[in-house]
Amino acid sequence: MTEEDIWGMLEDVTDPEVPVLTVVDLGVVRDVLFVSDNHWKIIITPTYTGCPAMQVIEEDIKTRLAKENITVDVELVLSPAWTTDWLSENGRRKLEEYGITPPQDEGDKSVLFGEKPVIPCPLCKSKNTRLVSQFGSTACKAHYQCNECQEPFDYFKCLK
Amino acid sequence: MTKQEALFEFLLRKADDSLILGHRLSEWCGHGPILEEDIALTNISLDLIGQATELYKYAAEVEGKGRTEDDLAFLRIEREYKNVLLVEQVNGDFGKTIVRQFFFDHFEHLLYEGLMNSKDERISAIATKTIKEIKYHIRHSSEWVIRLGDGTEESHNRVQASVTDLSRYMNELFYQDEVDETLIKEGIIPDVKDFRVEYENNIEKILEEATLSLPEEKWQLSGGRKGVHSEHLGYLLTELQYMQRTYPGMEW
Repeated sequence: MTEEDIWGMLEDVTDPEVPVLTVVDLGVVRDVLFVSDNHWKIIITPTYTGCPAMQVIEEDIKTRLAKENITVDVELVLSPAWTTDWLSENGRRKLEEYGITPPQDEGDKSVLFGEKPVIPCPLCKSKNTRLVSQFGSTACKAHYQCNECQEPFDYFKCLK
Repeated sequence: MTKQEALFEFLLRKADDSLILGHRLSEWCGHGPILEEDIALTNISLDLIGQATELYKYAAEVEGKGRTEDDLAFLRIEREYKNVLLVEQVNGDFGKTIVRQFFFDHFEHLLYEGLMNSKDERISAIATKTIKEIKYHIRHSSEWVIRLGDGTEESHNRVQASVTDLSRYMNELFYQDEVDETLIKEGIIPDVKDFRVEYENNIEKILEEATLSLPEEKWQLSGGRKGVHSEHLGYLLTELQYMQRTYPGMEW
């Protein structure tokens, strides 16, 4: 069993809230470490500190690898802190196809009332959209609506 | 006071701040004035409880007496909670919840910016993670303070009353004793005195835009850091701890 094989299996584990993304696309899996042939250590990091999906992800990883008779220790690390930059290109594409706008460059968020970022509609691609709420159905998403096609949509928030 | 004792106490204080405010916000679940705000307040609640979990975990390790983060969160008595009084104040109307959050978020923002440079790697890691979430919180509460303050006569009056009421708890955010002195000397935490003026300026700037003002009367309440609380905390803990007290050790 090689490290590559393990990464391949992790490609089958999806995010419970955004099932179109695998934990690898999401950048939640940080490292895969060899312990012995049938025992590996997987390092994961949370997107948000209170993300309730982390426990499910941990269980799902264990369950997936157990199918190949592999046991794993899953370790949760906070540092370095997760950023949306770790979302893979593949992941961004899948998000958009699924109807969630992937993170856009939002500039400096410490500026309280700086310029509003342009968040395109995942359906009609219009840039004429409006923020409904900074907080969406999960911690990682904001809620927008398209002014052109009226589509209400989720935006995967930029976290840097 | 040893460094270890001070570190444990500091972590407990900050974890309690986050847990108690997180619990307060969770009380809005299903009661928000609009759906989006119901979701926003409970999202922020989740962030705070997530932060509390990390801080309790570390506190339990520092203490080294075999307690877990759950033991610390659920199995202490009221006097053993060290949160500031501000966070345990009741939700009141939506405006009051926002003002409480506003005073708290601005403090947290400056504190956690300082904690990012902590010589304690674990605290620095938690702070680096947390600060990203706080940036969303601070924008949310600040925008609402402006919208409500500079809104209708009704919203203005209500939110002004909450500013007057809750401003009595601002001073306690800057409470310091030997816990802080010990850790400042070790380079583990920043000295909150260093950003007090910045805090007050930030608050006043936004209040001004919101056509609101802090009261002339500067009388202040405190006690939380020593475990002396307002009457509200006991009721909150009764609900928070109900499951663990009724079914000890239960998990799901």
